Amino acid sequence: MTATSVTDWRPVPAPAVLLRHDHTRDRDLLLLPERVVVLQGGAGTVVGLCDGVRSVRDIVDELAERFPGAPVAADVPPFLERLRHKGWLR
Amino acid sequence: MTLTDPAAPAAPAPAPARPWALLAELTHACPLHCGYCSNPLELTRRSHELTAEQWTDVMGQAGEFGVVHTHLSGGEPLLRRDLERIVAAAEAAGVYTQLVTSGVGLDGKRLSALTAAGLRSVQLSVQHADPRASDRIAGRRSFGEKERAAALVRAAGLPLGLNVVLHHENLDAVDAVVELGLSWSVDRIELANAQFYGWGLLNRAALLATRDQLARARDAVERWRERLTPDGPELVWVVPDYFDGVAKPCMGGWGAISLTVAPDGTVLPCPAAASLPDLDPPNIRDRSLAWIWDHSPAFSRYRGTDWMADPCRTCSRREEDHGGCRCQAYALTGDAARTDPACRLSPDHGLVRALAEDSADERPAVRQRAPGRPEKARRLP
Repeated sequence: MTATSVTDWRPVPAPAVLLRHDHTRDRDLLLLPERVVVLQGGAGTVVGLCDGVRSVRDIVDELAERFPGAPVAADVPPFLERLRHKGWLR
Repeated sequence: MTLTDPAAPAAPAPAPARPWALLAELTHACPLHCGYCSNPLELTRRSHELTAEQWTDVMGQAGEFGVVHTHLSGGEPLLRRDLERIVAAAEAAGVYTQLVTSGVGLDGKRLSALTAAGLRSVQLSVQHADPRASDRIAGRRSFGEKERAAALVRAAGLPLGLNVVLHHENLDAVDAVVELGLSWSVDRIELANAQFYGWGLLNRAALLATRDQLARARDAVERWRERLTPDGPELVWVVPDYFDGVAKPCMGGWGAISLTVAPDGTVLPCPAAASLPDLDPPNIRDRSLAWIWDHSPAFSRYRGTDWMADPCRTCSRREEDHGGCRCQAYALTGDAARTDPACRLSPDHGLVRALAEDSADERPAVRQRAPGRPEKARRLP
C-alpha cells in the first residue's frame, strides 16, 4: 500500500459496522456482530467523517482545520488503515 | 471524614455498571428437537409470550438504559409473525440486532422484511456438516433450509455467523464443519462445546465428549487457525466445561454485562438461571428494566464477589472467572452459591472429574425434545 493510494481512499464503514454515540456512557462505539468497540478520544469523530465520499486527504484536511495543532496528518491515516485491516472500514 | 473512618455513614452503594447486551428469547417454540437444548424443561406456552407491544417497550427501555446489542433468539424467533416489529423497535432504540435462527422458515420475502426493519446480522445454527447427520441431531429434515438460508443472508449482504453446538455425535467432524462454513462464505464459525443446562442436562451422559475426542477437535481447530487467512472467517472455540479444571467466566459475571428476557417476560442474569429454584426472578410486566438491573434481589444476589465463600472468596482469579457458573454449581451440588465444580479448586471438582472420565463408557440414546408441547416435557424425570 503506497501513501498515495491511502490518501485517495474514500473510507466507509463496512456494512456490518455501525458507528453510534452511546449517550448512557458518553462514548462513541462501533457496533459489530458479537462485538462492541469503545472508541477512545477523537476516534469517533474521525470515523464519523468516513462517509465514502471524503478521501483520507479530505478527512485529514478537515480535522486539521477543526483541531489546529493536533497531529492529524501523522496519526489519522495509519488509524484508518488499522480499521481497514480489521475489516471495519472499506 | 476520611475514607477509613469507621463511624462514617455508609455511602450508598454505587449503581452497577449498565448492561451492554440483551438476549431476547422471543419464544420457546422451535421446529427442531435438539437433545442438547439448554432451554428449561418447562417451556413457556405461546399464549404466555410477551406481545410485540411489550417487546417494543422492552427494547425502548433497553436502549435507554445502555444496551447496544440484542440477540433475538428462542426457540425459533422466526415463528413469531411479529418479529419484524420487534426488530424495528430495537433499531428505533439504537440497539444492534442479531437474529439467532435455525434457518427454518427463512425465505427471501421474510429476510427482505427483516432487513427493511433494520436487522443487522444473522447467526445460523447447523447440527453437523453432513446433511443427514445434521437432520438426525435436529430431529427434523432441516439442513436444506439452512443451506438456503445461508445463501439468502449472503446475498442480502448481512454478516453471517455459523453456530455449531459440539458434542459426542459431531465432535469428530470439526474439519468438515469448518469446510462447510468456508463453502457458505460465513464471517464467523462458532464451535460451541455443549453446556449442560435445561433439557441438555438430561442428555448429558449421551452428549458428553470423550477426552480423546476433545483433544482431536482442539488439534483440528489449531490447524485451521494456522491455515485461515485474516480475511477468512473468525474461528471461535467455546471451551468445554468438564475437562480443563477451569471454570468459565460465566456471562462475564452475574448481572455485569448482559441480561436475558425470557418469552414470558421473566428477566434473568443468564438464560439458564430460570433453573435456580429460589431466585424469584422479576418480570418486565411488573418492573422497569432499570429497577430490575439496579435493585432486584435476583440481579444483586451473585453480583461482584461479596457472596462468595471459600475457595473463591480469597482466590486470585475471583475477578476473572467470577466463581464460574451459578447454574452449574446448582445443577451439580444443589447449592448455587458454591464454587463451580468445573474449577479444580472446588471441593466438588470430583463430581466433574468422574463425569469426564466415565464419558467413554456405554451411552444412553439422546432424548430429543418436543418444543411447543411443554406438557410432554413435564412428564419426563
